[in-house]
Amino acid sequence: MSEVVKLHFDVDGEDFTSAGQASVQVKKILRQLGINPEIIRKVSIAMYEGEINMVIHAGGGYADILIYEDRIEIHLVDHGPGIANVEMAMREGWSTAPDNIRSLGFGAGMGLPNMKRYTDDMKIDSALGEGTRITMRINL
Amino acid sequence: MKISMIRDLLDAEIVCGEENLERDVFSACGSDMMSDVLAYVKDQAVLLTGLVNAQVVRTAEMMDMVCIVFVRSKSPTVEMVELAKENNIVLLKTKKRMYEACGKLYACGLVGNKTAV
Ligand SMILES: Nc1ncnc2c1ncn2[C@@H]1O[C@H](COP(=O)(O)OP(=O)(O)O)[C@@H](O)[C@H]1O
Ligand SMILES: [Mg+2]
Repeated sequence: MSEVVKLHFDVDGEDFTSAGQASVQVKKILRQLGINPEIIRKVSIAMYEGEINMVIHAGGGYADILIYEDRIEIHLVDHGPGIANVEMAMREGWSTAPDNIRSLGFGAGMGLPNMKRYTDDMKIDSALGEGTRITMRINL
Repeated sequence: MKISMIRDLLDAEIVCGEENLERDVFSACGSDMMSDVLAYVKDQAVLLTGLVNAQVVRTAEMMDMVCIVFVRSKSPTVEMVELAKENNIVLLKTKKRMYEACGKLYACGLVGNKTAV
């Protein structure tokens, strides 16, 4: 059986309160599919950080989740401002988030490092003024 | 440590999840920065925080946490309580400040678990 399960979510960039809803949905679906809880936690956290980033830094976007026999892929795509220096952005503690975001509990500069930590592979394609595409893979 | 013991140690009020007070908690984390919470996997953990918004409950849900303690008498919103109920997360609220609340639990054997993946 090599059927691929494909999930698509639009991420609303207007509303910080509802940010994370796509990740919540993915977590539910992975549970229904009987995926190992450790794997589910990794996928959920990586996607949640990415989803929050799309809302606070990029005005929203979309997420595609592909579930293969041997891996799960998370594709996060936005048409926000892009990331000027990806290497810098990957550093723990580096953040351009404004104070109002920090007072909401995000903006510690740990999001991208967390995404890398919880996945087996992560790729960032970003162009200034065009947007950002992040691809993450978690092996099953 | 059982959640009921956390309630007793912190003199906490139960906001929701009374039916889950006998669940075990193995580690704890005190922070107002959600990405710091998300940086470490903890098994059946409790989150102590002074932050009040829906992302606190979502963060706990993503981490499979079983209990959130709001310090300094902060009250979760109706929406947060609904989210917590959906996910069987116990919400407690204590008058104690973060430092004292964490200290009490730590002194009674509930240590932080810093095992990164
Ligand atoms: N989707 C995105 N679009 C534009 N910039 C981004 C995006 N994701 C991350 N960034 C940039 O990378 C920085 C680091 O991201 P992250 O590690 O998640 O920390 P934080 O979100 O706490 O600032 C952000 O402050 C921001 O400048
Ligand atoms: Mg972030």
